[in-house]
Amino acid sequence: MEEKDLVIIGGGPAGLCAAISARKKGIDVLIIDENLRPGGQLFKQIHRFFGSKEHMAGVRGFVIGEKLLKEVKELGVEVWLNSIAYGIFKDKVIGVIKDGKNILVKAKSIIISTGATENPLSFPNWTLPGVMGAGACQTMINIHRVLPGKKVLMIGSGNVGLIVSYQLLQAGAEVVGVVEIMPKIGGYLVHAAKIKRFGVPIYLSTTILEGVGKEEIEGAIICPVDENFKPIIKKKKYIEVDLICIAVGLTPLNELLYQAGCLFTYKGYLGGMVALHNENMETTVENIFVAGDCSGIEEASTAMEEGKLAGISVAEKIRGKKWEDEKDQIRKRLDDFRIGTFGEKRKLSKEEIVREYYERVKTW
Amino acid sequence: MKKKDLRIYKHPILGDLPERKKIYIYFNGKKLTAYEGEMIAAVLYANGIRRLRRTERFKEVRGIFCAIGRCTDCVMTVDGIPNIRTCITPVKEKMKIEFQEGLGKWKKKIW
Repeated sequence: MEEKDLVIIGGGPAGLCAAISARKKGIDVLIIDENLRPGGQLFKQIHRFFGSKEHMAGVRGFVIGEKLLKEVKELGVEVWLNSIAYGIFKDKVIGVIKDGKNILVKAKSIIISTGATENPLSFPNWTLPGVMGAGACQTMINIHRVLPGKKVLMIGSGNVGLIVSYQLLQAGAEVVGVVEIMPKIGGYLVHAAKIKRFGVPIYLSTTILEGVGKEEIEGAIICPVDENFKPIIKKKKYIEVDLICIAVGLTPLNELLYQAGCLFTYKGYLGGMVALHNENMETTVENIFVAGDCSGIEEASTAMEEGKLAGISVAEKIRGKKWEDEKDQIRKRLDDFRIGTFGEKRKLSKEEIVREYYERVKTW
Repeated sequence: MKKKDLRIYKHPILGDLPERKKIYIYFNGKKLTAYEGEMIAAVLYANGIRRLRRTERFKEVRGIFCAIGRCTDCVMTVDGIPNIRTCITPVKEKMKIEFQEGLGKWKKKIW
């Protein structure tokens, strides 16, 4: 069995930053990632990031990805690609399928940064080719450079829905509209303004009734809703589209955390069930840490900071040293980012998670 | 480069699609042009092929849903091996890709 100081599962923004921070403190790090290249979903983010200079604001996501990969390489972090971590067993033994072979790795510490998965939305014919996640569509156009459809209807006006709509326009598709069941736009107005400038209508208080098509999507029926979200059927309308994108949020990917025996709590503003963790990102299972979207849906910018925090915390434990100042700076940057209508609620939810961690860890 | 397909050759942020080695793959016996490094499902979608398989029980046609290898909606029979996630499997020269009916059939023994 291989033995490692720190194993990071998931090499996205959180995992890469955790690896860099821990490696810089002299820790041997192994990143396990199931994809053919690390970077998680950073490489499909072609828009400029928000925040301050420390958050790398104004830099496009894929450029940040390239920077992180370069740093990881220079620091000599070991990376296993095309490797699936399928389980965490007793004493922090991780089961991995690497190159088709089963390998067991024993770690002193584990950071789980597995990210998130897109929420589906069911409506008649939602399984037909031509219905896909908005993130999936983003992967198709920005990574694979293929248009999965020419006339697109976006479901959901959160930031993902708005940004992907704009990126579809950049890729040369026609976006026939964005449908939003709430009476107001979900995402930042900056993003909404970008697509409005292109004349893309945003249908508020509207839902999708069904996708139309036999073996592939040929259209969609959309319908306004009343104040109780009930469709006003006589106002339904057919739109000709060949692609319906679903942008109705994300759910943390935390199977491994469940398997490891971590305690959970429900936080709606963070996307659902999330593992309890303390101010160092350590879960209720000692030496298992979380970072990024799998500990609550936020943004790549916060994922990177959480990763750094987790990485330094692991280094503190293994080396028996303290880097409190550095950690406080990271926590301050996280607070700085968690502002505004969305950020404030996430900040409160994160604070609750830490409080619940201490309450439940006492009695557990 | 021919532009009849759905590849995004020019992009305002990402620039021109880089030149890559051209290879050929087969979909249900039909020859398709692909480029090294492309994923199977991306090549099919670029050629307007979005029907990738039919489900076992309800005989529903499926295509790409998540594009990152999680949902398994895009599985097809590749070189005789069924249930290959085509959205994360790169193409290889002369690869034979087939529309998959149900759970597919093993045409090749790998053990």
